Amino acid sequence: MITFIGKNQKTILLTILIILNAILAVRGDDAVGIGGEKKNTIEIRDFMFSPPTLTVRAGEKITWINRDDEPHTVVSVGKNFQKSSALDTDQEFTITAVAPGTYEYFCSVHPKMTGTIVVLQ
Amino acid sequence: MNEHNHILHDHEHDDIDRRGFLKCMAWAGTGVLWTVSGGVLISRTLAQIAKAGAVLAPTDLSFLQISDSHIGFSKDANKDVTETFRIALDRINAMPTPPSFLIHTGDITQLSKPEEFDTFDQVLQGCRTKDVFYVPGEHDVLNDGGKLYRDRYLKKVEAKGSGWYSFNKNGVHFIGLVNVLNLEAGGLGQLGDEQLEWLEADLKGLRAETPIVVFAHIPLWTVYPQWGWGTSDSERALGFLKRFGSVTVLNGHIHQVLQKVEGNITFHTAMSTGFPQPAPGTAPSPGPMKVPAEKLRSMLGLTSVLYKQGNSSLAVVDSNLS
Repeated sequence: MITFIGKNQKTILLTILIILNAILAVRGDDAVGIGGEKKNTIEIRDFMFSPPTLTVRAGEKITWINRDDEPHTVVSVGKNFQKSSALDTDQEFTITAVAPGTYEYFCSVHPKMTGTIVVLQ
Repeated sequence: MNEHNHILHDHEHDDIDRRGFLKCMAWAGTGVLWTVSGGVLISRTLAQIAKAGAVLAPTDLSFLQISDSHIGFSKDANKDVTETFRIALDRINAMPTPPSFLIHTGDITQLSKPEEFDTFDQVLQGCRTKDVFYVPGEHDVLNDGGKLYRDRYLKKVEAKGSGWYSFNKNGVHFIGLVNVLNLEAGGLGQLGDEQLEWLEADLKGLRAETPIVVFAHIPLWTVYPQWGWGTSDSERALGFLKRFGSVTVLNGHIHQVLQKVEGNITFHTAMSTGFPQPAPGTAPSPGPMKVPAEKLRSMLGLTSVLYKQGNSSLAVVDSNLS
């Protein structure tokens, strides 16, 4: 049984993350954030999760950011992690991956939207 | 809306023709008045009704569909959805014969927030027609499975399960269905077994001559599954409705007027009072569609329905807010 820690973050934090992302991209080092921690971001745009499949290592954080003018949610198909509340434009949701495995998730508002997280040891 | 803009060939003397209807479709997002008279549903634009003086027979029933208000939305597609909702109500108030009641086919709010519902209720108080029947949209049940929605909007009906119900008016049987809850990954809108069993039992005692009006948020026909515009188990519901001579299905969700006739069942989707959405497949996603400011109101609107007994054809006309 896997457990995740789920938490909605504030827009201000998101803005900082966007700036950090931009800086890191310029450095050509977009895989590593502050303190060497890997950044795993899934962008929601045009009613799609991008990338549709994300592979992370156990212990890493995963953050979804909604770029649509429409609210979306992040819900585990197997109820393996706490679901997000409805994310409005530019709001984000972060979980920490704990146990290795493959996890399907979807948007409960627009169930056609699905994605996969692969957690490695 | 100017009548002369859309009535080009009126073969059936019902104030609507195909080209005019297609033009109406292009406007996407208005309101329609539905009237029941002698067993037949017909619909007219608010402008048509105002012009004609709307003299109704005592047996006639007129009601109005309003949809997708999205109170709380403030993005580029419409920064003031409260105002356009207010304008829609002004149009209703200006009708010479007010509709008997309103049907709201969901997405009252953008984010299911109590203050959004409050704003909707406050603005609605300005409507001359007080009787309103609701079904929820997915935007009304975002975080609590629809509890807040049910507490507010189902007081006058005997709702079952997650909020479905039926009632009778002027010999017409109305059914409000919920297809926005417990959705499954990869799927469409869904009614669920419990609701379908209730529907079958609800219809059982009715004579086949009874006119039926079914309303739900997500279309009960497959408009465009790639965008989730359909209901996975609607075929079962439609199976129960096949034996009836006149069935009208009213939906919202897609923020544009589309109509389809299948046997005795007429499907119709209404415009939004909030913002337009793209025609199926014409954009990367079904998200809010930005149009030039001067065009916006032409793509928002209402649907009015007039039911006249003894007439067997259904005409649907929608009116925009420009």
